[in-house]
Amino acid sequence: MTQNILLAGFGGQGILFAGKVAAYSGLMDGKEVSWLPSYGPEMRGGTANCSVCISDDPICSPLILNPDALLVMNKPSYDKFIHKVQPGGVAVVDATLIGDREEIEGVKTCYVEATRLAEENDLQGLANIILLGKVLKECGFASLEAVKKGIEKSVPARKQHLVEPNFRAIELGMSL
Amino acid sequence: MAIVFEKPKALTDAVLHYCPGCTHGIIHRLVAEAIDELGIEGRTIGVAPVGCAVMAYNYFACDMVEAAHGRAPAVATGLRRALPDSVVFTYQGDGDLAAIGTAETVHAATRGENITVIFVNNCIYGMTGGQMAPTTLPGQITQTTPYGRDTATAGFPIRMCEMLSTLDGVALAQRVTVDSVPHVKEAKKAIQKAFQNQLDHKGFSIVEVLSTCPTNWGLTPIEAMQWLRDNMIPYYPLGVYKDKDAQKEEK
Amino acid sequence: MKGNEALAEAAIRAGCRHFFGYPITPQTEVSAYMAKRMPKIGGTYLQAESEIAAINMVLGAASAGVRAMTSSSSPGISLKSEGISYIAGSDLPCLIINVMRGGPGLGGIQPSQADYWQATRASGHGDFQNIVFAPSTVQEMVDLTFQAFDLADKYRMPAMMLADGMLGQMMEPVSFPEDYTPIQADKSWATNGHQNKRPHNIVNSLYLQADELEQLVVDRFARYEQVKQNEVLVECENTEDADYIVVAYGATARIAKAAVKAAREKGLKIGCIRPITVWPFPTEEIAAAAEGCKGFLCVEMSMGQMVDDVRLAVNGKVPVSFFGRTGGVIPTPAEVLGEIEKMAGGDR
Repeated sequence: MTQNILLAGFGGQGILFAGKVAAYSGLMDGKEVSWLPSYGPEMRGGTANCSVCISDDPICSPLILNPDALLVMNKPSYDKFIHKVQPGGVAVVDATLIGDREEIEGVKTCYVEATRLAEENDLQGLANIILLGKVLKECGFASLEAVKKGIEKSVPARKQHLVEPNFRAIELGMSL
Repeated sequence: MAIVFEKPKALTDAVLHYCPGCTHGIIHRLVAEAIDELGIEGRTIGVAPVGCAVMAYNYFACDMVEAAHGRAPAVATGLRRALPDSVVFTYQGDGDLAAIGTAETVHAATRGENITVIFVNNCIYGMTGGQMAPTTLPGQITQTTPYGRDTATAGFPIRMCEMLSTLDGVALAQRVTVDSVPHVKEAKKAIQKAFQNQLDHKGFSIVEVLSTCPTNWGLTPIEAMQWLRDNMIPYYPLGVYKDKDAQKEEK
Repeated sequence: MKGNEALAEAAIRAGCRHFFGYPITPQTEVSAYMAKRMPKIGGTYLQAESEIAAINMVLGAASAGVRAMTSSSSPGISLKSEGISYIAGSDLPCLIINVMRGGPGLGGIQPSQADYWQATRASGHGDFQNIVFAPSTVQEMVDLTFQAFDLADKYRMPAMMLADGMLGQMMEPVSFPEDYTPIQADKSWATNGHQNKRPHNIVNSLYLQADELEQLVVDRFARYEQVKQNEVLVECENTEDADYIVVAYGATARIAKAAVKAAREKGLKIGCIRPITVWPFPTEEIAAAAEGCKGFLCVEMSMGQMVDDVRLAVNGKVPVSFFGRTGGVIPTPAEVLGEIEKMAGGDR
């Protein structure tokens, strides 16, 4: 069993971080994992995406072109990837930032007001993790316990106070 | 019979390949005397350049590394960092130090790399047969400036000591020459200080030695010495351009 | 860990305490990691003024007899080629990392394998070779780093890690060996100060007598023969029953494997050979496989460089076709599968 998750958005939205949380979660569950970022000259504001593979077997290609799950936080990435999702897959879209509401045959599309929910729940900057919670609910790439451990691993030591809000964000996403 | 004069221990028995009248021999000897007198041969590693002194590794009795053209200060940096208790010197000509290796020279200096640099400036590329060097004087005739160095097209000579003296990492930048006994004595003192600075962890020390190249200048050794006095010293004044010790005393 | 960081950590655990670098994408994390760790363990991290200076600092440190390394990406490796040649000519061990990106010129910063020729044929002027490792996972980047230092010491020659932007940037779980001891290599040649106890050592690559230089090069090549005999690393999968065999290395091998897997699911008998050292090249393994199969497909992130070595090994026995993407474009498993099906098409 392999789950390929593609996360995409603008640099600075926490795309790479959310991918890291997903990858560490798989690792905590004892799976094979890989995390491959797109990298480019722009550090902030450019498009950023990363491929996360979580599998029972060694991972062949770490580059995901047709994801089982897509987490998307900006319009250019939405346009680029929404039709690439595998049949039977799921797309989780930040509906606060992306106006489109396309339904795609064979793909479960979830339009989540993640950025608005983050504002309302005192979780500024954690729309990415709310969306990851929704991905977790829809495709169960790891156990919640493993994801929490993944968050603890991914949050840098000097920012440990952010662990608890991340937990809340993941749980909020899962409740949607 | 009492021995009144002998070859420094830090020189091997190899016969120098330098041309008659070339001052490399004197400068080699001064470096070797400094090594002997400080008793550091066993922990000294020399870095030879590309240029006339390319085979210096055969002449110095300490461990020696032969570097690529201009890279001696980088190689010396690697050695010095890997061997904290060592003494590392480079021995470079003007093309090596001030043309192809300018970046290595300037950056080793500004890092305050704790090495000793012996810079032999004779205004010409000797080994390749007398082409223009970065230090070739305006109007000087060489194989590649057959009508004299035209500063409009070939630019101006570089005064390395002056340039390096502006860098904070430099402990000593001094220009000397070996055209007369008093000057040789002065050169010896400078070279010794450049090694002593390293032992005292003071940073980058460079001694520029104005030197002759009778073969490629097309002069006899004696004429060459006079040419050095008449042309080089006015353009490259002798003296101490930077000395951290002296600066401290002033304060 | 990220590939670049895992590699840096492995180098430290392999006993490397001297790193000389210069920033360039996509290898910068190696330098950054070294800058963070080296001062804490009494090592040297030095950001040189250029790649040229960095490799010559490596030459200096290696002359002193310590494990030294540098790291760069394609354009930077070109600058290092002078120093690499001098290091090889002076019989010094060291490790050089190339996290390859698209070229030529400034090229791009996306993953590429277009420096294969440079690494295996022409990483500097003169007759010489590097031992060139081509990892395909982050774990392998770690494991091969230990091996690279050991073999460099054993054979007194430069070792190169030929990775690419994808491997350098990606994260995978890694484990580090717990009981590593470096091989005991004779370093009595080192210029570390003779302490008045031995004749002076000279590290040098200049030999003006043609016959003397020739003999040195011949002796060096005798050592290279030993490397070829003893140090080839290769992974062969499903080659016994294969009608066709895909050859790929590094990150591309992972993509090729995904395609091979898909092809086998479709009932095609496809095998896969992955050179782990690209110099020495697994010539014998490929030649042996050529006896039993109908053809080869070489897949690379270049216009076709390793394919030359595959063709030399196959020696005309069966056709060798090539598929590549270049400039930083990563081939997809679907594209490779298409090429496999095209190659096997005649059999349907």
